[in-house]
Amino acid sequence: MYVAVKGGEKAIEASLRLLAEARRGDPAVPELSLEQIKQQMTLAVDRVMTEGSLYDPDLAALAVKQARGDLIEAIFLLRAYRTTLPRFADSQPLDTGRMTLERRISAIFKDLPGGQLLGPTFDYSHRLLDFALAAEGAAPPEAPAPGEPPPDYVPRVSDILGSEGLLEQEVPDDDGLAVADLTREPLPLPAGRDVRLQNLARGDEGFLLALGYSTQRGYGRTHPFAGEIRSGSLAVEIVPEELGFPIEIGEIEVTECQMVTQFAGSEEKPPQFTSGYGLAFGRAERKAMAMALVDRSLRAAELGEEEGAPAQDEEFVLYHSDNVEASGFLQHLKLPHYVDFQSELGLLRRLRRDREQAAATRADDGREAAE
Amino acid sequence: MSETGYNFAYLDEQTKRMIRRAILKALAIPGYQVPFGSREMPLPYGWGTGGIQVTAAVIGPGEVLKVIDQGADDTSNAVNIRRFFARTAGVATTERTSEATLIQTRHRIPETPLAEGQVMVFQVPIPEPLRWLEPRETETRKMHALCEYGVMHVRLYEDIAQLGRIGTAYDYPVRVDGRYLARPSPIPKFDNPKLHMNPAVLLFGAGREKRIYAIPPYTRVESLDFEDHPFEIETWDECCGLCGATDSFLDEVIVDDRGTRLYVCSDSDYCARRREAGHLGPQGGEPPGGQAKGEARP
Repeated sequence: MYVAVKGGEKAIEASLRLLAEARRGDPAVPELSLEQIKQQMTLAVDRVMTEGSLYDPDLAALAVKQARGDLIEAIFLLRAYRTTLPRFADSQPLDTGRMTLERRISAIFKDLPGGQLLGPTFDYSHRLLDFALAAEGAAPPEAPAPGEPPPDYVPRVSDILGSEGLLEQEVPDDDGLAVADLTREPLPLPAGRDVRLQNLARGDEGFLLALGYSTQRGYGRTHPFAGEIRSGSLAVEIVPEELGFPIEIGEIEVTECQMVTQFAGSEEKPPQFTSGYGLAFGRAERKAMAMALVDRSLRAAELGEEEGAPAQDEEFVLYHSDNVEASGFLQHLKLPHYVDFQSELGLLRRLRRDREQAAATRADDGREAAE
Repeated sequence: MSETGYNFAYLDEQTKRMIRRAILKALAIPGYQVPFGSREMPLPYGWGTGGIQVTAAVIGPGEVLKVIDQGADDTSNAVNIRRFFARTAGVATTERTSEATLIQTRHRIPETPLAEGQVMVFQVPIPEPLRWLEPRETETRKMHALCEYGVMHVRLYEDIAQLGRIGTAYDYPVRVDGRYLARPSPIPKFDNPKLHMNPAVLLFGAGREKRIYAIPPYTRVESLDFEDHPFEIETWDECCGLCGATDSFLDEVIVDDRGTRLYVCSDSDYCARRREAGHLGPQGGEPPGGQAKGEARP
C-alpha cells in the first residue's frame, strides 16, 4: 500500500530537538557564554549587528550562539527581532570627526592632523597559525603602553581636501526631508543616496566585497584611494520633541571608510576628487571599504560616467545585496514543488510525443515520396 | 494559546493597517501590484512571508484557517505556517475547504469550489509576470502602465512556432479584468480557470518582493491564448488511485524501485472527502485518513 512521505508536526518538533542537541555539541565541553562570544568573537558580533541593522552586542551574541555560528542565520534572527521594535526617534547625524579613535589610517597622506593610528589590526600580522592560542589558560597578553591620546576632534581627510576644493562638496539634503527607511518602505527606484547607503550597510559583506573587487579589476574602474579609514566610539544623540535639544542616548562603535576617486570633470564641474562612503557598526573594515567602492560605482550615472559594469547597475546591486532575502529565496527551493514539477513533467511528455509523431510522419512521407 | 509578548497574529496594529491599505488598493485595481512596506518576518523569505503578512493583516479571532502547500494540509510548510498562526493568533484551524473562512495556499487552488465570504491568500515568490522577459523593475512598471504586453504574446507565439504548443505549464500568465497582466503565483495552469469569476476574495502576497495584488470576487480572469491555439489545462489518462477522481489535479508518485507510478489527488482534503463518501480508486484499499502514515524523518 502506498504511504505518502509527509513531514508532520512531530517531525518538525523532533528536528528542532535535534537542532538544539547539535547546537550544544558534546555536553562534556563547557557551554559558550554570551559574554565569551561578545568578548572573543567581536568581529562576528559586529558583522551580525551591521547586517542585522541593530546595534545590540548582547542580542547579536545570542543570535550567533543560537545560529551555531552561521552568521547569515544570526543576522536573520536579529532582523526578525528588530522588526518588532517601535521606532521612536531619528538620531542626529553622527560627526565622525568627534570619534574617540581606536584606529585611523589614511593611504593618501604620509602624515596628517591627528596622525596615523594603527590600532588592533590583522594587517601586519603574519598569517601563521598561532599554536600557542590552542593551549588555553595562558595569561592575557600585555597591552602596549598607551601613546599620546589623539585630540578630541580629528578632522577627516575629506575636510582637509574639501577646504581646497579638490574634493567635491557633500551637500546635505534639504533638512525637511525625512531619511528613507528600507525596513518600512519598499525600495524606490531610482534610489536616493540615503536609500542606497542604508541598503549597502545592511548588504551582505561577501556580495559587496566581490562587487568592489570587480571594479578594481576593471568592471567599472573608479581609481580608488583609501582616503581614510577610522574606527572608534561615538555618542549618539536624539532630539526628543518635548525637550527640543539633543540628548545623548548611548555610545556606539563604528568603522568609517572614505574612498577618494578620480573624476575628470564635466561641463558643470572642474576636475576633482569624488568620494564613496562606507560605514559599519563595530570593526567591519573590509565591509566599510567594499561598501565605499560600491557606493562610488553606483554614482556613475550621476557623474555622467560610462556605465555597464555590474557594480554600476543600481537595480542589480540594490535588489541582490540583502543576504536574508537571498538566503531565504535560494533555500526555498527545498520546499516541495511537486505540483509544478508534475505540470512540467506532463508538458515534457507531450512535447516528446509531438516530436516522435512528427518524426514518424516525416519518415512516412519520405517512404511515400521514394515509392 | 497565543504566544505572549507578541500582538495578535504577530504583526503590530500599525503594520496591519498599512497592509490592509495596500490590500484595499489592490482590490480597487484588480491585478495591479501594490508596493508595500513588507516586514521582516520570523520565517524565511521565499517561504510564504508575503502570504503570512496578508493573512496576519486580515485574520480575526473568529476566523477558521486552512493552510495548504501543494494542495495538501499535511506538508511540512503548511503545518509550520498553521502552527505559526495557532501560536500567535490562537485561531481555529481546519483541513476542510468548505469550513475555512481563510485559506492560505502555496501552488494550488483547492478542487472544492470556493464560496462567497471566503478569502484565499496566495504565497507569491515573483509577482511580476514579465520578469523572465525583462529583469528590470523600472522597465516592467512602465510596461504595465502602458499596457505593453505584446512581448508576452510573442513569447507564447515563439513556443508554438518552435514546439508546436505553449511551453508554460505553471504560473501561466493571466489578464485580470481586461487590464493588468498578472502572475497567478506558481499554480499549475490546471487551476487558472478557477480564478475566473471566483466568488471568493483572492489576495496575493509577495513578501521579499514587497508587492500585494488581488482579484476581487467575480472578476474576469483570462489565461492568454490565441484563437487557433486556445488555452488548455493538463489532463491525465489515469484517475486518482485512492479516490478514483478524474477531475482533480494528480500527483505522480513513484512507489517502488521499478518505477511503478501511483497517481493521487494533490488536494488531500478533496481526496479524503471523496473516500469518506464511498468513492474508491483502484489502489484505494486503505481506510480514509490512512495515507499520511509515513512522516518524513527529521
